[in-house]
Amino acid sequence: MALRDKQGRPLVAVTGMGVVTSLGQGKDDTWAALTAGQSGIHRIERFPTEGLRTTIAGTIDSVDVEPFCAPMLSERLAMLAAEEAVGQSGLASSDFPGALFIAVPPVEMEWPQREALAKASGQDGDVTYKDLLKAAASGDFRPWHDLFIFGTVADRVADRFGTRGSPISLSTACSSGATAIQLGVEAIRRGETDAALCIGTDGSVNPESLIRFSLLSALSTQNENPEGASKPFSKNRDGFVMGEGGAALVLENAESAKARGAKILGYVLGCGEKGDGFHRTRSSPDGMPAITAIREALADAGLAPDDIDYINAHGTSTPENDKMEAMSCTAVFGERMANLPISSNKSMIGHTLTAAGAVEAVMSLMTIGTGRIAPTINYQVLDPAIPLDVVPNVARDAGVNYVLSNSFGFGGQNTCLVFGAEPKGA
Amino acid sequence: MRDVVITGVGLVSSAGEGLEAHLAALAGGAPNTDAASFEPFPVHPAIPLEWDRQIPKKSDQRQMEPWQKLGCYAAGLALDAAGAKEDAALKSRMQLIVSAGGGERDYAVDGQILTGLRQADNPGVFLNERLMGDLRPTLFLAQLSNLLAGNISIVHGVTGASRTFMGEESSGVDAIRIARERIASGQDDIFLVGGSYNAERPDVLLIYEMGGFLWKKPYAPVWERPAEGGMILGSGGCFLVLESREHAAARGAKPLAAIAGVASDRRRRQPGSVEGALHGLSRQLGARPELVISGATGIKGITDEERAALKDIAPGAAIHATGDLVGHTMEAQAPIGVALAAGLIAGGGPSEALVTSIGHWRGEGAIRLTKA
Repeated sequence: MALRDKQGRPLVAVTGMGVVTSLGQGKDDTWAALTAGQSGIHRIERFPTEGLRTTIAGTIDSVDVEPFCAPMLSERLAMLAAEEAVGQSGLASSDFPGALFIAVPPVEMEWPQREALAKASGQDGDVTYKDLLKAAASGDFRPWHDLFIFGTVADRVADRFGTRGSPISLSTACSSGATAIQLGVEAIRRGETDAALCIGTDGSVNPESLIRFSLLSALSTQNENPEGASKPFSKNRDGFVMGEGGAALVLENAESAKARGAKILGYVLGCGEKGDGFHRTRSSPDGMPAITAIREALADAGLAPDDIDYINAHGTSTPENDKMEAMSCTAVFGERMANLPISSNKSMIGHTLTAAGAVEAVMSLMTIGTGRIAPTINYQVLDPAIPLDVVPNVARDAGVNYVLSNSFGFGGQNTCLVFGAEPKGA
Repeated sequence: MRDVVITGVGLVSSAGEGLEAHLAALAGGAPNTDAASFEPFPVHPAIPLEWDRQIPKKSDQRQMEPWQKLGCYAAGLALDAAGAKEDAALKSRMQLIVSAGGGERDYAVDGQILTGLRQADNPGVFLNERLMGDLRPTLFLAQLSNLLAGNISIVHGVTGASRTFMGEESSGVDAIRIARERIASGQDDIFLVGGSYNAERPDVLLIYEMGGFLWKKPYAPVWERPAEGGMILGSGGCFLVLESREHAAARGAKPLAAIAGVASDRRRRQPGSVEGALHGLSRQLGARPELVISGATGIKGITDEERAALKDIAPGAAIHATGDLVGHTMEAQAPIGVALAAGLIAGGGPSEALVTSIGHWRGEGAIRLTKA
């Protein structure tokens, strides 16, 4: 087969994948749990939840970091996923021959650190930032500068794996993980690099970030049965459930991957994106931006809508997203949408936010590799407005050659990726 | 590969509004400095702006904190300058890359919570209750890194697609680098690229004071702070319209300058590494600058190393430090340097310029501009 696509660009192969979610560490464990319809959502034990409207999440509690904070946990999740991915690829584990693109949650200093500074200031009246600044001048908190600036997670991952050049840390909100992959694909297609390490990571379930989403009424409040709270596409869906995760993909120019005898797990065939200027948190009512992103991804992959065998949905379980996603997919796939399987991993692992696009990319490739589609669990109440085949509650065997993976986010971010077992016409 | 040219600059800072005001300020005079508001930390404050002129809807202004408003305003200026503001079809396919940190906090609420936590019987529950009760829901959207891009899409209709890069100074260099590569390779025709920074915030002063990076004396030029060193943060925003030479010509847009190359790297910092990195970047770019716009921070060691490297790389070149004009604007520093260099080249000055970006803590980058 040709190792270039129909536009003459290098084909981009996936040669390594790694993932960690609330369902387990490693893609095989996670995939086994996902296809068994297990939920990783549970009551939050990391911090007190009294007074909160939402008290559940898909936190990853098996990983210990010190000091415990979002950048440290996000770094650790990225490392775990990348170790698995680079290990599988067979590339050098500390001298990675390519660039790093990493989607990281926006970080800032957290309450334990603010409290420590307030205490160190000796202020026993009203605390202000003047007091925190006074404590900072002592020099006793020097490492926290590095810990809480935006480029540090990438810097440490780049050090660990020896990636080349300036690493790119990025955010496109809930489509960040997909954007990291897209940047890697583009760099390989332009010939700047033969390999890219693309990561999405998010370990930011802490009181303030949970409350911020809660104040936007974005989260499910059905706390009684945590495993049943994330209900993508169901009529009784009432918001998303926060999740944590990390995922990494090693992308390679297919030619150099084959030349070194690497096992190719699949291809990233197409990327599509489109901005939306309608509203900060809601999408254009006509669905045009999401529709355009899907069409661009298909066109970039050289595929027609009929080629797609399965859609890995963004499927957050918010009333807005699932309705708009169903409408957008129906606009692109037409009547076929009634029978085209579409399922949401978020029904089981929650919304892993910055990591979601990368986590779901790995799951899309696992679908291709195993011929099995993970279900949308908690699908009990059909929404007549969304007549889709959501692969309800039970996994399904199916030959899957081409997968569309959707990612949509606040700020008008719409990013879609197309994966394939082989390029079309190979 | 296609040539990439700059066809519009939008710039606001402590030195004023617009490219002309900045070029005039570059010609002389001490920068606009506020030594009192955050004493002992001087900052270079953004000049007061009539937000309505670039962000017409009050409802949009209310959804943004100052860092986003500065960026959104500068983006509007850039679109005006490039003759793109009224072209809805052009803006709907214009790509956007923003270099950003994060947004402001509610300082009063933080202080009250910290005061209350001291006596709280159950600190965790107290924190939950106060955050649930006191945080403004919309503040989250004013903090999120990618919402500067989101606001630019909403306010100005730039909706090709946006990507937000983070990572302090490096993100500004890499935003320009990736945009240039995408245009040069033919993937896209036109970009809006830039960033903004609000220095008048105790939470960012806190981060850099923890690390020991802030200058705490009256303003001194960056090259003259060596003994103890330190940076003075500045508020500002800068966006650039970049496009292929053919695309600019086809729509009758006049280029200010060409971006001949962008190089960035990340070296383990040790004595001599910054000087070595600058030599390497300059070689990679084939730079022979008549003008240098330096992003030097004033931090000890790395500022001296940059000066030493520039003596070799750019002998006889005029050297201006962005920090001495607008202060250190972090993610916006490289875009501002490029804007100034483009303005000077367009004004008939040098035919080649080098913009440097040595991050205060990590990341080395350089951008080579030539006559359009």
